[in-house]
Amino acid sequence: MSGISILGVANVSKKFGGVTAVQDMSLDVPRGGILSIIGPNGAGKTSLLNMISGFYKPDTGQIVLEGQDITQKKPSDIAALGIARTFQNIALFSGLTVLDNLMLGRHVRMKAGVLASIVYWGMAQKEDIAHREVVEEIIEFLKLQDLRKLPTAALAYGLRKRVELGRALALEPKVLLLDEPMGGMNQDEKEDMARYILDVNQERGVTVVLIEHDMGVVMDISDRVVVLDRGRRIAAGTPEEVQRDPAVIEAYLGTGKGGGRA
Amino acid sequence: MRLIDSSKTDTLPKLLERNSTTDPRGAGMREKTRGVWQTYSWRDYRDQVRDFALGLASLEFKRADKLSVVGDNRPQLYFAQLAAQALGGVSVPVYQDSIASELVYVLNHAETSIIVAEDQEQVDKALSLKDKLPKLRWIVFDDPRGLAFYEDPILRSFDSVLEEGRKLSQAHPGFYEAELAKGSADDTAMIAYTSGTTGNPKGVMLSHRNMIATAESFLEVNDVKRGDNWLSYLPMAWVGDAAFTLGMALVARLTANCPENPETVQRDLRELGPDAILAPPRIWENMLTIMQVKAGDASPLKRRVFEHFRALAERCELKKTGGEPLTLGERIGLAAGEFFIYGPVRDQLGLRRARWCYTGGAPLGPDTYRFFRSFGINLKQVYGATEASALIACQADAEANPNTVGRPIPSIEVKVDDRGEVLLRGPNVFKGYFKQEDVTRETVTPDGWLKTGDAGFFDKQGHLVIIDRAKDVGKLADGTAFAPQFIENKLKFSPFIREAVAFGHERPFVVAMIAIDMQTVGAWAEKRGLPYTSYMDLSRKPEVAELIGGEIAKANITLPDVQQVKRFLLLNKELEADDAEMTRTRKVRRKFVAEKYASVIDAFYGGKSSADVTMEITFEDGRKSTLSSTIAIHSEAAGEPVRQAA
Repeated sequence: MSGISILGVANVSKKFGGVTAVQDMSLDVPRGGILSIIGPNGAGKTSLLNMISGFYKPDTGQIVLEGQDITQKKPSDIAALGIARTFQNIALFSGLTVLDNLMLGRHVRMKAGVLASIVYWGMAQKEDIAHREVVEEIIEFLKLQDLRKLPTAALAYGLRKRVELGRALALEPKVLLLDEPMGGMNQDEKEDMARYILDVNQERGVTVVLIEHDMGVVMDISDRVVVLDRGRRIAAGTPEEVQRDPAVIEAYLGTGKGGGRA
Repeated sequence: MRLIDSSKTDTLPKLLERNSTTDPRGAGMREKTRGVWQTYSWRDYRDQVRDFALGLASLEFKRADKLSVVGDNRPQLYFAQLAAQALGGVSVPVYQDSIASELVYVLNHAETSIIVAEDQEQVDKALSLKDKLPKLRWIVFDDPRGLAFYEDPILRSFDSVLEEGRKLSQAHPGFYEAELAKGSADDTAMIAYTSGTTGNPKGVMLSHRNMIATAESFLEVNDVKRGDNWLSYLPMAWVGDAAFTLGMALVARLTANCPENPETVQRDLRELGPDAILAPPRIWENMLTIMQVKAGDASPLKRRVFEHFRALAERCELKKTGGEPLTLGERIGLAAGEFFIYGPVRDQLGLRRARWCYTGGAPLGPDTYRFFRSFGINLKQVYGATEASALIACQADAEANPNTVGRPIPSIEVKVDDRGEVLLRGPNVFKGYFKQEDVTRETVTPDGWLKTGDAGFFDKQGHLVIIDRAKDVGKLADGTAFAPQFIENKLKFSPFIREAVAFGHERPFVVAMIAIDMQTVGAWAEKRGLPYTSYMDLSRKPEVAELIGGEIAKANITLPDVQQVKRFLLLNKELEADDAEMTRTRKVRRKFVAEKYASVIDAFYGGKSSADVTMEITFEDGRKSTLSSTIAIHSEAAGEPVRQAA
């Protein structure tokens, strides 16, 4: 991967009351790669993602996207700048169809005003068609053709995860943050999802930041892995380097004990 | 004058040329992509075929070379076939769900030099076989998704071949037209590999004459209009799809529509509302099941209305087929039903505009058949064979009947020989099996009669009735005739029985192996609060055995005493094409099944109450594993009072 980073996190900390969720964290996300963040429960992975996407404001430190400071920006502005995310617990509009959920993902890219949209004429119509084209392309990419008109509530869990990925892609992001996209999936679904993540990265050129517990998947598809423990970064490097790192082995397995979830 | 007699219209690509001249803007082909039906006019269609043909020429594809297509129904795969034919080549469509080892045989036997693959999945399969296919020179892919980092020099994109073709067309104007003019009616247009219920598949060579003359004969007796919409959703390797999407559509200028993907067929069918449709029995049965499930989930009032009109329609249909007049009340009821139920149901199924619907390939249960007829769907039987260019006989609108396959289409002679085998002669009889002249001589008599291998007879009104495969008709130990398929079909009319295999040749009585229908039996079990985990578990439930026993008893009533099924078992897995138990067109490979379950069959006649089976199962990706289990054997004593099933 090219050494130039697209997203930079510098000395970021976040406390909730007396609990330090993230402490003095720094990391660089190289453009065009897949970076995985791993670590035991409570290590601060999701908190970090929440700060990047603007849901939390860091107490100290700075977050930079392509040279622009986004630390204090609102989530919607950050989304418009090109950071999309999916959630650990699926967050879709369950009564809406797959198509409508994906169209909603286009929302920050829509320009027509309320009145023009109600009349559905001229620019608003043209815009709607253009957005639908983008969404249809994603439907094809994720093989959702047969589900287009189904409410997401009617879908199996693995499919809803795929729809959520689709909605994030509808934003045409530069950086995609995926929070446990394979949690609760069976092996087949995991393999499918891994394939989609690789395709998103390679064919659409989207930089991916991935939180995932399945070590097999992480080691297979990541270019770089960052390991967190108790709010601190304890290791970073290629999958091979990280797997050999004694600090990682200790955080995951404890000292001198076997087992663990890897 | 018939098309085949003019040198301007005696091949399929020449017909495409004719259509693009006479009706350049008419819709030739459509495909649904990205949620929208996209149209290729006849001129676009011809341009794509021409450019691809020239591209093939630049890849040194020569007359009589073979091109294979593999994938779901996509316009590009049809273009590729016609392009090969335009250069005097032969198209060899193969089944897209074949596992690699099956493909190797067909592609090698056919000497395929170019494969046109739909997508990454098919490209991967083709690449894995590359070393075993000495004649293969190029793999052309249509959908580039996932292939960006493939570096094998054998790969070409469809678009790059089109591009080469455009260059060649500028350098050598008139080249395509000259190649096209060299083609003649008796050139081989395609080699369709039969699915092979016994042994290896055989390559059926069909000429342009076969395809065009058969289409013309069919069109003489069927209501087909220029511009009618046709849904091209059946496997491309099946000759029936070629007969309609290429033959019939080019001859009669129909618009062939390719669905978005196999999962969306039902929805695409509804959106399109084709003017006519051909579907095998399992699709009709599937539609009926879906409709019954939906009706069952509706509110009580709606369910009662539906039930009332369904019963009325069925009563009237029975009266009509019996020749009885309808009462005024019934007529009014039918008109109301048409408004409230029948019309909307046809609309939901996508059959509102269909003037005729054919079912063929296997018998359709009389209940299913009557249901569709009574809802105003013009469902009829058609009969054909690969060696007969897909079509032999069909029924006229006024003569629809689930028990026959209708009258032979014009210009085709059909007779039944003294052994009861159906023979036919006419322009639809194939050119022969590719590289198997000995087998061809066994199949076609010196004076041109094709032996269909089907046993049948003509009924009083002149309709052909098919009983069974002639070679499967055997004798019970006491010498009475035994037609296994005839018995199996009676069993399969039960919604709970998906597949049945009957045995009895040189045995004292008839036994059957049953594969239950997971969907219907599963729903039945759920309704009864009967817990189950898997297919295997469900098939072992004594309650299920009792249910199926009741269904068999019902079927037995319609069978002569000696043909009745005396013992049966429930298979603990479905019969699968991947396990070679069925063909890709879902016909049971009887001999193979008999060998595989030899121990079970012995147990049947040895009076045992269970049998141990060890079998190999094949996963979709070709991996194998073995499964050992004990299967219980049940008795269905003849003459026992029928137990009510549900």
